[in-house]
Amino acid sequence: MLEFDARCSLGGFALDVAFHSEGRVTALFGRSGAGKSTVLNLIAGLARPSSGRIAVDGRTLYDSAAGIDVRPHLRRVGYVFQEGRLLPHLTVRRNLLYGRFFARNGGGASAASLDHVVELLGIGRLLDRRPAALSGGEKQRVAIGRALLAHPAVLLLDEPLASLDAPRKAEILYYIERLRDDVRVPIVYVSHSLDEVVRLADQVVLVSDGKVRAAGPVQEMAASVALRPYLGRHEGGAVIEARVAGQDLESGLARLEFAGGVLYVPDVDALTGETVRVRIRARDVSLALARPEGISILNVLPGTVAELGAADGSSLDVRLDVGGAPVIARITRHSAGRLGLAPGKPVFAMIKAVSLDRRSVGYA
Amino acid sequence: MWSLTPAESEALYLSLKVATWSVVASLPFAVAMAWVLSRLRFPGRGLVDAVMHLPLVLPPVVVGYFLLVLFGRRGPIGALLHDYFGITLAFRWTGAALACAVMGFPLMLRAVRQSLDAVDTGLEAAAATLGASPAWVFATVTLPLILPGILTGMLLSFARSLGEFGATITFVSNIPGETQTLPVAIYTFTQVPGGDAQALRLCILSVLLSLGALVVSEFLLRRANVRAGGRDA
Repeated sequence: MLEFDARCSLGGFALDVAFHSEGRVTALFGRSGAGKSTVLNLIAGLARPSSGRIAVDGRTLYDSAAGIDVRPHLRRVGYVFQEGRLLPHLTVRRNLLYGRFFARNGGGASAASLDHVVELLGIGRLLDRRPAALSGGEKQRVAIGRALLAHPAVLLLDEPLASLDAPRKAEILYYIERLRDDVRVPIVYVSHSLDEVVRLADQVVLVSDGKVRAAGPVQEMAASVALRPYLGRHEGGAVIEARVAGQDLESGLARLEFAGGVLYVPDVDALTGETVRVRIRARDVSLALARPEGISILNVLPGTVAELGAADGSSLDVRLDVGGAPVIARITRHSAGRLGLAPGKPVFAMIKAVSLDRRSVGYA
Repeated sequence: MWSLTPAESEALYLSLKVATWSVVASLPFAVAMAWVLSRLRFPGRGLVDAVMHLPLVLPPVVVGYFLLVLFGRRGPIGALLHDYFGITLAFRWTGAALACAVMGFPLMLRAVRQSLDAVDTGLEAAAATLGASPAWVFATVTLPLILPGILTGMLLSFARSLGEFGATITFVSNIPGETQTLPVAIYTFTQVPGGDAQALRLCILSVLLSLGALVVSEFLLRRANVRAGGRDA
């Protein structure tokens, strides 16, 4: 789907990144300034690598060995910039149709119709306005629509939520989710927010200082050691994929089944039978040697200790194997010693249902 | 009293014709040169920039003299134009237009370049990713965004042309009906005993003309600014 292998240096910053992804949504994850946006610019042809090869869906966009360097306007990438970059002198409608005009000239592939995109993104009311009259969230939706209507072979989203407040973020995230499931275009999603990555991506590429530190499927990556330093001490955790087995309307709890058992999670925005991803932060998981009785914690999962992480100050991460699914618990070194934790030891992981909020759950 | 004499209207008509043609003819060059200076980095860019601004600082007579040397019937460029294209500039109204264009060029160039420098190149990059070739990007993004600068440049150059005297009289002399624009006509009247009243009439005409140009351009500029700024017109 997406093959990327490029080196370049831009004003003292050296980038050497290679990854390969077959996912529908590939997330480039890392801190600001790690080189994530540069990767997108290289795919779009807005920056030029010194050497390497870039291909999307088997179509080579750049290959230094073969002397191929497709010019930006012929690459058919739909680029949604962090700041939207709508053309200020055109109305929303003409912004949306801007790319389609050229796609038609170039005999573009099957048309995503204006009506469909307008409906998908909920921007019907805005068509006759100019960009200056739009809110941040509206601008981003129009920018996404504009990119879609250019019939791109790949969509590049550069932190499309970065400039938005929390309610707008949730709104756009919802639209991007619909996009992913509706429009068959591979997406490269740049973000430094694990919430967004977990909700959207299948593949995660961890970028730092212009290099790939780790890459793989989102569940593996979330549990991997490589990602941990980038999460901050409160955000680390595991991601499990689960099926919605039922919704209890009276209690507001959803019953999620996964390989390791059953999870009760409040306020899940999904229908019975759908598959969701749940991120369980390590600090929300506590451990017990015997199944506790008479406690409020709903989720008690039996598992075994798979690995004890290195101590980080007074605490450490314990990786558990819960019926094949990874769960990570962050406990104090003191407790680990007291419980005598060692690989292979059976334990019970306890997760408060209220610690798993809506932000922890996304469609798979 | 209020009607123009045939000689006056001839000078007025000639001035407008010369100024209009000088603006129209220099505009493409000014936009192209502004783009080169704003977007390209090459050795000698500072020198080119300085040469382009020379007419602003040189005495107009010097510019007129250079034009005469280069574009005169025997000059290297003038001979070429005459022999191969049948175009004569020296002592013709077209030469006056050339003199005005050269004198107004730095003003137009500066205005266009300033607005080009202010254009967010990210918008041009965004248009490119949407499939627009460089020429299309320029026509549909860059040009509309620098329209206010272009209008300002056209006004400045037009006003400069209406007032241009030194280079014009040096290059194309003072021929009534051919190269005698308003300032040259005013100068001529001041040289004739008893010509004061006629000179004054032409001066008032000059003031009205310049004011009119200012008003029209201000109106156009406001509209262009609204569009380029992305507000609803």
